[in-house]
Amino acid sequence: MYTFQLEIVSAENSIFSGAVASLVASGELGELGVSPGHAPLLTSLKPGTIKVTDREGNEEHFYVSGGMLEIQPHITTVLADTAARADDVDEAAAIAAKEAAEAAMADQNSEIEYSAAAAELAEAVAQLRTLQAIRKKVGK
Amino acid sequence: MAVGKEIRTKIGSIKNTQKITSAMEMVAASKMRKAQDRMEATKPYAERIRGVIGHLAMGHTEYKHPYIIEREVKRVGFIVVSSDRGLCGGLNTNLFKDALKSMQEWQEQEVEIDLCLVGSKAGAFFNRFGGNVVAKKSGLGDRPTVTDLIGTVKVMLDSFDEGRIDRLYLVHNEFVNTMTQQPKVLQMLPVEKQEEDELKHHWDYIYEPDAKELLDVLLVRYIESQVYQGVVDNIACEQASRMVAMKAATDNAGDIIDDLQLIYNKARQAAITQEISEIISGAAAV
Repeated sequence: MYTFQLEIVSAENSIFSGAVASLVASGELGELGVSPGHAPLLTSLKPGTIKVTDREGNEEHFYVSGGMLEIQPHITTVLADTAARADDVDEAAAIAAKEAAEAAMADQNSEIEYSAAAAELAEAVAQLRTLQAIRKKVGK
Repeated sequence: MAVGKEIRTKIGSIKNTQKITSAMEMVAASKMRKAQDRMEATKPYAERIRGVIGHLAMGHTEYKHPYIIEREVKRVGFIVVSSDRGLCGGLNTNLFKDALKSMQEWQEQEVEIDLCLVGSKAGAFFNRFGGNVVAKKSGLGDRPTVTDLIGTVKVMLDSFDEGRIDRLYLVHNEFVNTMTQQPKVLQMLPVEKQEEDELKHHWDYIYEPDAKELLDVLLVRYIESQVYQGVVDNIACEQASRMVAMKAATDNAGDIIDDLQLIYNKARQAAITQEISEIISGAAAV
């Protein structure tokens, strides 16, 4: 039985690496099966399972939440996403990151305000002390 | 005997500190090993995706993706990756120094800078130092996921898309070995071409749906994986650096204890000698 080299990798770790006889994945435009000698192909994957059959006919299933399938003449690679990707989810994460930055900037302002207020307070206390000193002298 | 009570308390308190630093050293050592494994695990993805992008870009020379085109620089973005916690030697300080140096080079050319900060140490530093912070993320822990970073990266990619920044850099510590961590400023956008890619076998893929769309997604994933790699690298550096710093602290505590012990012994001996001489002179007087 012919086989081809398959590698399933995600940004966080390597999920599978070995010789397989066939592969079934759900591509962006529909399910597709890959056998040895498949033409070079590059497609994006929808969230779904990847079914891998090895030389002995044992099946193994991997779940991917999207990604890319790349078929080269002798090696096939699945670049799997580990995170569930959706534009609005990504957008929400981006907004959260922006807000964290803005909150930090706002904090900085309040810190400045605080130090300004502390300076004013110190000045006022000094004036008060001088006044009291003068009053004591006059009282004598 | 009441001699050197203060010295003994001091020795006791330093011994307690030493216990803490040596425990931290051991914790950092075991975390470092795990972080190193995780760092290794990210490499295949980055290599593969780089290969695919190289292949795609070469096969489609007529389509130039905005991420590949060099443009005039009016504003640059920096993603600065730091640790969340301190007590790790000069790791963060060295990194910020390098980051500031390369920022200064841009500022001399009157280019403005946007900052994206990962890790709370960077947040604290640039709060004090000043700078236009557009995105921030902290509290990633020892085991960050790509999900944690999507938001921050997207802020920078969006501003690149909209032309607010013309170049994007990643600043992080590179793990060389346990003793050496190297701050590194890496250009991410526009993506630099790698010439050594194999040009020999010419075949093209079948694209589903479309080469352009695929390249769009691939480039975004590529940038994300690079930032993720930077963060994971930085965590390994943090643990290695903490391990070394805590080892030095434990050794120093040992030195101080030895010194104090010597002083204590001398003081005790002096007290005994004095007492004996008092007794003798007392006996002689009788």
